[in-house]
Amino acid sequence: MFENLTGKIEDVFSFFKKGTRLNEEQVDEGLRKIRQALLESDVALSVAKEFIANVKPKAIGQEVLKSLTPAQLLIKIVNDELIKVLGGENSNINLNTVPPAKMLFVGLQGSGKTTTSVKIAKYIEKNFNKKILLSSLDVYRPAAQKQLEFLGNQNNIQTLPIIEGQLPIEITQRTLATANLSGTDVIIFDTAGRTQIDSVMMAELNNLKKIINPIETFLVADSLTGQDAVNIANEFKKTVDLTGVILTRIDGDGKGGAALSMRSVTGCPIKFLGTGEKVDDLEIFHPQRIANRILGMGDVVSLVEKVSQNLKREEVEELEENFKKGQFTFNDYLKQIRQMKKIGGMGKIIGMIPGISKIKKQIDEADIDESILNKQEAIILSMTKKERDNPKIIEGSRKKRIAIGSGTDITLVNKLLKQHKMMTIMMKKMSQSGGRNFGGMEGIPPELFNNLK
Amino acid sequence: MNFFKKLKDSLKKTSENFTKGIGQIFDKSKPNVETLKDLEEFLIKSDVGVKFVNDFSKKIAEKKYLKQELTKENFLKIISNEIKNILKPVEKNFFFEPITKPYVILICGVNGVGKTTTIGKLCKKLKKNNKKIIVGAADTFRAAAIDQLELWCKKVDVEIIKSPLGSDPASVAYKTFETAKNNQFDYCIIDTAGRMQNKKNLMEEFSKIIRVLKKIDINTPHETILVLDATTGQNAINQIDEFRKITPITGIIMTKLDGTAKGGILIAIAHQFKIPIYAIGVGEKEDDLDNFVADEFLEAFIKN
Repeated sequence: MFENLTGKIEDVFSFFKKGTRLNEEQVDEGLRKIRQALLESDVALSVAKEFIANVKPKAIGQEVLKSLTPAQLLIKIVNDELIKVLGGENSNINLNTVPPAKMLFVGLQGSGKTTTSVKIAKYIEKNFNKKILLSSLDVYRPAAQKQLEFLGNQNNIQTLPIIEGQLPIEITQRTLATANLSGTDVIIFDTAGRTQIDSVMMAELNNLKKIINPIETFLVADSLTGQDAVNIANEFKKTVDLTGVILTRIDGDGKGGAALSMRSVTGCPIKFLGTGEKVDDLEIFHPQRIANRILGMGDVVSLVEKVSQNLKREEVEELEENFKKGQFTFNDYLKQIRQMKKIGGMGKIIGMIPGISKIKKQIDEADIDESILNKQEAIILSMTKKERDNPKIIEGSRKKRIAIGSGTDITLVNKLLKQHKMMTIMMKKMSQSGGRNFGGMEGIPPELFNNLK
Repeated sequence: MNFFKKLKDSLKKTSENFTKGIGQIFDKSKPNVETLKDLEEFLIKSDVGVKFVNDFSKKIAEKKYLKQELTKENFLKIISNEIKNILKPVEKNFFFEPITKPYVILICGVNGVGKTTTIGKLCKKLKKNNKKIIVGAADTFRAAAIDQLELWCKKVDVEIIKSPLGSDPASVAYKTFETAKNNQFDYCIIDTAGRMQNKKNLMEEFSKIIRVLKKIDINTPHETILVLDATTGQNAINQIDEFRKITPITGIIMTKLDGTAKGGILIAIAHQFKIPIYAIGVGEKEDDLDNFVADEFLEAFIKN
């Protein structure tokens, strides 16, 4: 859905003259699109609004590097802010108490509490070498206790023996007693799923929490959750004072906006991500990953980082000057090829040319063979200086010589020459349309890609 | 408490917000940019989705209104009518007399949406017409899924076919259908494991279940019902998209409408896919499932 977010923002920005710094008007327009993207990613409206308001002053006045577009820069700024908001505090599990350390898992129905509680048990056992007792307080969903027992047995983690007909409070007391007798280090309480507006069930949870007095209270939440995320997080926070959030189903293709919503509303760190159905499918939370999902712009962000590190400003400027003059020699192309290799691929360097996200998509779809770059480099290196500056003079015998010299064949030399010719035409068009934007151009002629496959 | 009342109560919180929100919007005298923005935001909050909201607000903005039409009641009516036009065509009674026996119903969806619970409730309702029902426990993956289904089957008194955990779900489906056929069952309902729609191998497994059913009767499954969780945001659209690629989805059941931010995504789905909505779930009890009735849904959603 967001492959075209840069495109959308480029479109907006194409109305502005590129300055050296982002101005308020640009930022406002760009952030409007980003706000929409956040909403499409299921970030709750109130949270999206607040986020945008916070990011705005940070974006205004930022210097736009020569080789970047304002859209790319803005996305980078937004992404950094997202990571900052999502991350922050130390997100490891807290076992810092007189044993047994008690943990309570709460959440809606079907959010993945039972599976997650076993995953965390396994994680603690593996990383902290503790003795764990799993206890299910879910007397409502048929076979819920059995599910936990089964998973516990499967993973060699002790579970509380099931006694039919006991109420959650009785089970809790029995769990605490069992733990004391057996020298348990950590008790994990799995609870029944409940809707946050079910006052009876929420009161039950509040009661259980008082009896258990847990050191960690995790809200287990589905990363596919929509706008309701704020209400869910709010109510659970109010009822049981959460210490952390665990987001499940991150292996789906959801955008995960709920992460930002819940983080903002509860102020609690997101501690883990559930990444699959198996017991080992658990990861410590990495804000980058979720930020990339929410914004869908991971590529642009790493590109901006790479560009700022790798590209010499003067070189880019020289190249640009040549573009504007409509000149594009093989020496220029050689420089480009080498930059491409440095940055990591054709798609990325072309994506750097301003206003080009439309074309980037074409490139991705065209499935270009990157090894061709090496061959093209060899071909250019086999040309004389004169040939590089004026490719028109390359005729039959010169082609043959170049092909032999580069260890390729004449067809490849021909392809490169043709490609160069097309690129020159493109550059001219670009310079006519103002040099920075493709404007109405429909992108690269498809033949150009055929040469690169 | 009758079902309609229950739905109303469930949606009460949402509706209160909705009505209050609209009230705030239309106390201003004309539908200017601000007003439309408020309206859009309002719909966004109910998970209707940006794309849908944009189309919707364009529609409203394009029209001209007399001064006396710029009332809260009038705009409520406009919104209500728009949504009704979308929901009415997807309202379809599922609890009809089956055209053929056994009527094979395949239940699918991502993890945790409430497939098994829904089957329990479905059986209870279908049973009311004195139908013979058999259920296939083809979720052979999740621990205790079979036990959960079995307990439901006991509760609502229907037959179950099961295999040990980890066995081939397609073979369970086959066995269930075969038994249903040989013993003149009216309904054959297959429970499947939750699967994320972007998992290729799990979707392949799902497709195998269908292939196997088709071996017995090419016209089956007669119904493939996708169960959706009402709490889900925009990803519900992807879910439909991907499941549809495997087999036509003949109906949707939306669960967990007893929470807060409800209904929005249902409207977007109806708008985009036009797939019948067979039923909605509003709780964990065996009677907490009923037909989807557009008017009731809308009334509960808007007014209250």
